[in-house]
Amino acid sequence: MAEPLLEIKDVHVEFEVRDGIVHAVDGVSYTVNRGETIGIIGESGCGKSVTAKAAMQMLPKPGKVSQGEIIYHRRSKFDPSKPQEVVNITQLDPDGELIRHIRGGEFAMIFQEPMSSLTPVYTTGTLIGEALALHRWVPVTVGEQMSNKIMQYRHVTKEESREIAIEMLQKVGIPKPHERVDAYPHQLSGGQRQRVMIAIALSCEPFMLIADEPTTALDVSIEAQILDLMRELQQSVEMSIMFITHNLGVVAEMAKEIVVMYMGKQVEKADTVKVFYEPKHPYTRALLQSIPKVGRRTSERLASIKGMVPDPFHLPSGCVFHPRCPSFMPGKCDVIKPKYIEVEPDHWVRCLLYEDV
Amino acid sequence: MLSYIARRILYMLIMIILVSFVSFLIIELPPGDYLTIKLQQLQSVGDRSALLRVDEYRARYKLDQPVLVRYWNWITNFVKGDFGEAFEFERPVREIIGQRALMSVILALSSITIVWLLAIPIGVYSATHQYSLGDQIVTTLSFLGLGMPGFLLALLVLFFAMMVLKVEVGGLFSREFQDAPWSFAKVIDLLKHIWIPALISSVTGTAGLVRIMRGNLLETLGQPFVEAARARGLKNSVVTWKHAVRVAINPLIVILTSEALPSIVAGDALVATVLNLPTVGPLFVSALTSQDMFLAGTILVFIVLMTMVGSLVGDLMLAALDPRIRLD
Repeated sequence: MAEPLLEIKDVHVEFEVRDGIVHAVDGVSYTVNRGETIGIIGESGCGKSVTAKAAMQMLPKPGKVSQGEIIYHRRSKFDPSKPQEVVNITQLDPDGELIRHIRGGEFAMIFQEPMSSLTPVYTTGTLIGEALALHRWVPVTVGEQMSNKIMQYRHVTKEESREIAIEMLQKVGIPKPHERVDAYPHQLSGGQRQRVMIAIALSCEPFMLIADEPTTALDVSIEAQILDLMRELQQSVEMSIMFITHNLGVVAEMAKEIVVMYMGKQVEKADTVKVFYEPKHPYTRALLQSIPKVGRRTSERLASIKGMVPDPFHLPSGCVFHPRCPSFMPGKCDVIKPKYIEVEPDHWVRCLLYEDV
Repeated sequence: MLSYIARRILYMLIMIILVSFVSFLIIELPPGDYLTIKLQQLQSVGDRSALLRVDEYRARYKLDQPVLVRYWNWITNFVKGDFGEAFEFERPVREIIGQRALMSVILALSSITIVWLLAIPIGVYSATHQYSLGDQIVTTLSFLGLGMPGFLLALLVLFFAMMVLKVEVGGLFSREFQDAPWSFAKVIDLLKHIWIPALISSVTGTAGLVRIMRGNLLETLGQPFVEAARARGLKNSVVTWKHAVRVAINPLIVILTSEALPSIVAGDALVATVLNLPTVGPLFVSALTSQDMFLAGTILVFIVLMTMVGSLVGDLMLAALDPRIRLD
């Protein structure tokens, strides 16, 4: 039975800017289970990253969660048998102690731009050490009571930190980790930098890894290596992955479940296999059709979704996808806002084709 | 790295020789410089001792020799520490500058310290609180500071102190300490006086540096590594100072060394003139107007020297601070 780690419940995120309010995320709900991978797909600017940042309680200004909650079932890192604590992340102080323990220590994040995600003036060893100093604890037996050991936890020392850093660099496949631990980011290639980011993220043994388009800026061959690495590491430690991407091919390999987003709305959610073989929402279908296929005649044009992403200040009435939708039903789609319904067990979709109207 | 430093020092030497030659030519170029006038005066007196002194000057500065010989004479003496005579004061240049150099250095260093102590925290605040009321106030004030010339501010302060506070501002010492030998009481007296000129001459610098710091930091705060540092669980203040400021401040190091070092020699001459400060700046201005050639030339060479040493030190500090530009 899947055990929930993070529940995102009907989350709305607003950005109040000079020209009005942008609803960057408009009612998104999904659950990340322990040890499983969930894929969040959609075009650029559809709110996938914003949802992930809301889960870290680090929305960029002036964004705020205006509705909904993000529930984290927190297990003690030291003693898994202790009862779980329920934390509503949206209620936490963004610079408070608890969220800072969660960030990095329990939820780690890797980013889209490995080239500039590492502070240029510090060595990889220093950067990994920074995370270790915050989140990695070393158990020390301070005494024994009957058969139970009394444990205490202390911070890692400098030497230990260096050793762990070398070990992590080795784990993520960086050659000559003993030398690379003293390398500055500019001395590494893009793929190596993303490996270092992963090393930092995993060095503190988090429960969840949020991967925000981790391979977008990398070569295809490097991309495959990084994905393999993430899968391998996920198996060796029990870790959930929230995989954010616009690349359907990548998500098919990684995720068990897929959430499709469009203009801040969650339009479909189902098992990966179902999304690929029985897509329900016209947007999902259009996305799948726009994947280039090998063996297709070269004269044939690639399928693309017609029209443009609408201006966030002037969202279309009714269903936000209707101006671009191939199954547009005049008089319905441009008037009625579709509801998010479960059309089959565990297959949710937001489309009027599946509603009686 | 060592060969780079050696190369830089070599270029510096060549540059200094060129600059010193050009400044020597400029010193010599206009008719009616101090030495010529002096010789004419002595000749018109016409008595034996006056004529003897004319011959002495001729021999000392090799006046009947070609330019290159005169230049060589000047520059070799310069290297030996003999900068020639300040004719207006009838004393060696070395002595005249020496008296004021200490005050110049003290004033420049205190003004640089004020600039950095104020500008960095204000700039950081202004960037981290972008568009807040505090940032708006800082921005307005810094534009005012940038726009107001230092000497005007000095005049305003003088006026305000005289008319409203009825105290005397200006100079670096009270009257009783003016010519007194150095003592603890004199140092205290100096500290009592120096903060006003130091503050005035740091206004423009502070305003400029606040703007640069704010701009650099805003750009850095938008970089992904700042977000990545926050996502690692660091405190906001640690993210700001250890990651963002640490990267944003690097370009400012060059400003510190390449602008501050020359200002040690001849800081803001106008402010110093208005406030009647015994520093090198006003001396340089008066030497230029009275064409007191050896005095002006000496100060000019020192300014150039400081500028070049400053930019070299700046580059080396930058290399030490920022691994990306380190030369292997």
